[in-house]
Amino acid sequence: MSNSPSNEGVNIEPVVSFRNLALKYGKTLGLDHVTLDIPARKLIGMIGPDGVGKSTLLSLVTGAHAMQEGDLRVLGGDMRDRDHRNKVCPKIAYMPQGLGKNLYFTLTVEENLQFFARLFGHNAAERRRRIDRLTKSTGLYPFLDRPAGKLSGGMKQKLGLCCSLIHDPDLLVLDEPTTGVDPLARRQFWDLVDSIREAQENMSVIVATAYMDEAQRFDWLIAMNDGKILDTGAPAEILKKTGKDNLDDAFIELLPEEQRAGHKTLIVPPLKTTEADGYSIEAEGLTRRFGSFTAVDHVSFRIRKGEIFGFLGSNGCGKTTTMRMLTGLLPATEGVAKLFGKPIDGGSLETRKHLGYMTQLFSLYGDLTVRQNLVLYAHLYQIPEDEIPGRVDALLNRFQLKEIEEKLPNDLPLGLKQRLSLAAAVIHNPEIVILDEPTSGVDPVARDLFWELIIDLSRKDKVTIFITTHFMNEAARCDRISLMHSGRSLVCDTPANIVAQRNAATLEEAFIGCLEDADPESNKAATESCIQNEETPEEEPVQKGGFLGWLTSKFSFQRWYTCYWREQLELLRDPVRATLALFGALILMVVIGYGINMDVEDLSYAILDNDKTEKSTNYALNLSGSRYFVQHPDVKDHADLDRRMANGELSVVVEFPPKFGKDVDDGNSPEVAYWIDGANPSRASTINGYAGLVHSEWLKYLAQFSPDSNNAEQISVQTRYRYNPDVASLPAMVPATIPILLMMIPAILAALSVVREKEMGSITNLYVTPLTRTEFLLGKQFPYLIFSMLSAFLLIVMAVTIFDVPIKGSFLTLIVSLLVYCVVSTGFGLLASSVTRSQIAVIFLTMLATMLPSIQLCGLTNPVETQKGAALIIGKIYPTSHMLLISRGVFNKALGFADLHHEFMILVITVPIILGLGILFLKKQES
Amino acid sequence: MMQAIKNIFQLGKKEILSLCRDGLLMALIVYSFSAALIVSYNASTDFADAAIAVVDEDQSQLTQRVTDAFLPPLFLPVDIIQRADIDRTMDEGRYTFVIVFPVDFEKDVMANMCPEVQVNVDATRMSQAFTGAGYIQQILTNAVSDFVRDSTGTSSPLPANMVIRNRYNPNLDSAWFMALMQLANNIAMLAIILTGSALLTEREKGTLEHLLVMPVTPFQIMVSKIWSMMLVVMVAALTGLFLVVRMYLQIPLAGSYVLFALGMAVYLFALTSLGIFLACMSQNMPQLGLLIILVLMPLEMLSGSATPQESMPVWVQRVMQFAPTTHFVNITQGILFRGAGLRAMWPTFLKLFLIGAGLFSLSLSRFRKSVA
Repeated sequence: MSNSPSNEGVNIEPVVSFRNLALKYGKTLGLDHVTLDIPARKLIGMIGPDGVGKSTLLSLVTGAHAMQEGDLRVLGGDMRDRDHRNKVCPKIAYMPQGLGKNLYFTLTVEENLQFFARLFGHNAAERRRRIDRLTKSTGLYPFLDRPAGKLSGGMKQKLGLCCSLIHDPDLLVLDEPTTGVDPLARRQFWDLVDSIREAQENMSVIVATAYMDEAQRFDWLIAMNDGKILDTGAPAEILKKTGKDNLDDAFIELLPEEQRAGHKTLIVPPLKTTEADGYSIEAEGLTRRFGSFTAVDHVSFRIRKGEIFGFLGSNGCGKTTTMRMLTGLLPATEGVAKLFGKPIDGGSLETRKHLGYMTQLFSLYGDLTVRQNLVLYAHLYQIPEDEIPGRVDALLNRFQLKEIEEKLPNDLPLGLKQRLSLAAAVIHNPEIVILDEPTSGVDPVARDLFWELIIDLSRKDKVTIFITTHFMNEAARCDRISLMHSGRSLVCDTPANIVAQRNAATLEEAFIGCLEDADPESNKAATESCIQNEETPEEEPVQKGGFLGWLTSKFSFQRWYTCYWREQLELLRDPVRATLALFGALILMVVIGYGINMDVEDLSYAILDNDKTEKSTNYALNLSGSRYFVQHPDVKDHADLDRRMANGELSVVVEFPPKFGKDVDDGNSPEVAYWIDGANPSRASTINGYAGLVHSEWLKYLAQFSPDSNNAEQISVQTRYRYNPDVASLPAMVPATIPILLMMIPAILAALSVVREKEMGSITNLYVTPLTRTEFLLGKQFPYLIFSMLSAFLLIVMAVTIFDVPIKGSFLTLIVSLLVYCVVSTGFGLLASSVTRSQIAVIFLTMLATMLPSIQLCGLTNPVETQKGAALIIGKIYPTSHMLLISRGVFNKALGFADLHHEFMILVITVPIILGLGILFLKKQES
Repeated sequence: MMQAIKNIFQLGKKEILSLCRDGLLMALIVYSFSAALIVSYNASTDFADAAIAVVDEDQSQLTQRVTDAFLPPLFLPVDIIQRADIDRTMDEGRYTFVIVFPVDFEKDVMANMCPEVQVNVDATRMSQAFTGAGYIQQILTNAVSDFVRDSTGTSSPLPANMVIRNRYNPNLDSAWFMALMQLANNIAMLAIILTGSALLTEREKGTLEHLLVMPVTPFQIMVSKIWSMMLVVMVAALTGLFLVVRMYLQIPLAGSYVLFALGMAVYLFALTSLGIFLACMSQNMPQLGLLIILVLMPLEMLSGSATPQESMPVWVQRVMQFAPTTHFVNITQGILFRGAGLRAMWPTFLKLFLIGAGLFSLSLSRFRKSVA
């Protein structure tokens, strides 16, 4: 760091200082009462094995994680103080661990950067200038239009850094920022950090890293182990203390005795193979195209049995694609690849048994314990039952995972997850192991442990190893390496030969030389931008005092708009979702409109005639003439009746007793029995009614022949069905479907929005940016609100045109009520999203909470008042009940606002309750 | 073969283990087979507590007597209102029914002039309106004829009486039906959501791809999801049926539990396959969520669990013959209410199984395509 601003001797306040800081995850102590002052304006490195509390410390410093014990001051204030946190938040930039954790994968590079730039309130010109500067110096400029999800791992890291640098922070916190980044890009990355530090003298940078060669450039190092701080000081001091000549060794020296034990400098025995051993992996002209883009361009290699073959290259050069073709996950566009001399067949289980594979991103089960994961993989790889416990234990010991065997990988740091993945890849003693950046993010001791195993596998068991890495000391251990760039293989030789060919001092130099030759543009661009890096005056945000100031600190229109804009983009990027939501509602309107019908017709009936006279036949004729009933073959006896009613064939059976005709004539009033299937009570009561009608029709018919009987009609009942004179189901149902659909669909749309960010990790942006919970939630809600209103409008149009149900009352009342109602229903989804952690749970919760009440409890077919207990209470307070009354009032009853203001007010009151709860349950800090 | 079964078992075990980790999800499963059923039980569609008013322009003995015939629990106490108030009170939704007795009503009845009684019904009240109109007509006719008989003293027996025997549920208590249909609906919801999202989560997290480089076939992955989710839902639903429906709500259940459990298994086989199919059709969770609503709502609303299928258009009835829910509603009603045995139910079982097999092979081919 020759060019770093030197400020030794200048007495300035430490940027971060903590006393007795401790944090527990459940019972485990993540951070064990540490005390330290971190000097300001320096490049601070944090080194230590995986899982010793580096990330924990960083997440406390940035305010992402809530504090538990101890004191912590950052940028001159107490981090327990919420006001201080809000104040310093905009001055801290945090890039969390993991590939692109804070990015939005469906958004392009440009849009991601715009999002962060807008959050921090830069104007359009300033945003453009910053984005161009940052992307040019990181080589991302040509990819501005590419979705972040389509970037290679290293490019995601660069984009993550750009996003954190966009607002000139005073404190930049980077958690393993260069994990999985190729050497050239890493060099550019640090140049970028340097140039930014030059421009901004006040900036302090804290970096956690696993690369010791990087640690060399830092001003000051913090070595951590087991939740404690081992030592601090400049790299040179640490080297002097430990008496080692490089930091890798110095770091190992710092570790306690028992952790160092067994660690020795690795020696790779020479490979002894003969022609007779044959080739394990062969590729000939292997090519893969995605549309017009060629990811892998005629790559050829042959790898001997037992060879360690290193695959190196810049990020996004096609390494992972090549590996996916070798594993059979992806078919090749052109060329052949063979494993064990046979062409790769994606479906062959036999080949897969001999193959071990480790993906770049963690792909084991986060919700099974470490041990359960390994046992599962052992089973799937068909290891005999009795050998499994032994094998699993051996691996747990070998990879030092024994202590955490009962933990969930979700709670583990990256390095430990990587070790677990590795263990799973070799659990079945495969003959070929394909490893995609297995050691990215793993600490040096564990990396050596792992290489020891690799060398063992290769030399003792003749296992062929195909490995990609960004660590040059690892590349140097390979038998041969291939350098890839833009889909092509540049060289393929032993590491020593490559260094010699290029007359380079180290492999890294040779590697960077090769890349620069292949693509002279990228490096030039980087240097240029560094020169251009002139200082521009930063617009100071105007501090407003008093109430207005307080209000703007709680709610900024700009940040709300940014949140809205981003969510909207994501929704628009997924046209399938939008189409489903819009047209789905229309389809469902048809389904409910036609499906729920109060007229029951075509009921199946049969006759059980024990009389068989003219009278009974005549009665039966009456039935068959009715439009309500459909006749089935006669019932023979009661056993027949039981059977045919039990299997659902008959809904009603009419039984005439013996001597029915004679008894009628004699005036003995015989009984006609109606046996009705009561399994579905509402259908049964309809049948009861119809039966009464049929019977009285028959009585009337008989009365014609005896004029003196008293069965003539005494009154005439005129039933007037108001609001729906034709007694059609549609006019009553269609206005009711609108509130039901506008509860379920907006709720489920909004429900996934927050949980998705929790699962993907981008929720960190809420934790560490000035974004408040209100801005975040309301911003997310707005696109769904627009969408729901669009949907509401379409539903109304469809009701009026296709279903021919006119709006008789006040349209304005309807639309305004629907607007308030949609705020409630989308808010409902957000509330569900705030309280849940997994996407499954939120879908389930939302459906349970919307579908059942809105269809059953809100007066769709029966007034709410007839319900009892909890059903009555839910029906009374559920917003759909009130919207249903408004909708039917406006559509059917020709009502206006004056008649419906009571229902409307209830909806209005619901809004702050639902949104307030949503905000309350959303956490601004991780805990 | 042995290995395939072992793989299926291990992968399924994994599903159950990770399900158990999600506390909220477990709580929701318990809720959907306990409290949710009780809520539905209370949301009965029985005709009761109808709000009724009378406009009495006759003020006679007869009108008084007829008015007194509207009794709880079917009706709330009758309000007497003025003719001018009819529109306003009905617009406000205060009354579902308003009966109007005209001037000289009693006189006209006694003179055998067949006077007109107007019954205003708020048709937006759907089932209460339609069922209630029938009841009111019956009550009016009976009350008037009783009155005439009492005052004239004439009485001759009817040529024939009608007796109605409602089988399986003699009092037509709709709460029984509602609770059991909710059970059927929640089974469908749970099975589809659990299987669908279990598969989609694996794809979103990249674990599915990892499985595919191991000696595991798509068939095994799919079957493992099906059996594990089937088991979870079976256990939850049967516990709910026994503890909540039978013990707590004391709904009498006829028929064999074993046969019903068998029917549920076949039903779940069909639904979990459907869940897999939907997951294959969607690219991300939000899409799956919407798709589930789109499929689940018609499946539930048109299955006969909300309103009888006889009331739907014929084409809907035909289409719904291909829906697993239709047949399960039949199985539930058949076995648990009507006490039907396998001899009566086997055609329904067979249809349900065929639908399940169809959905399974459809999903399998979709799933294979989606991972290739």
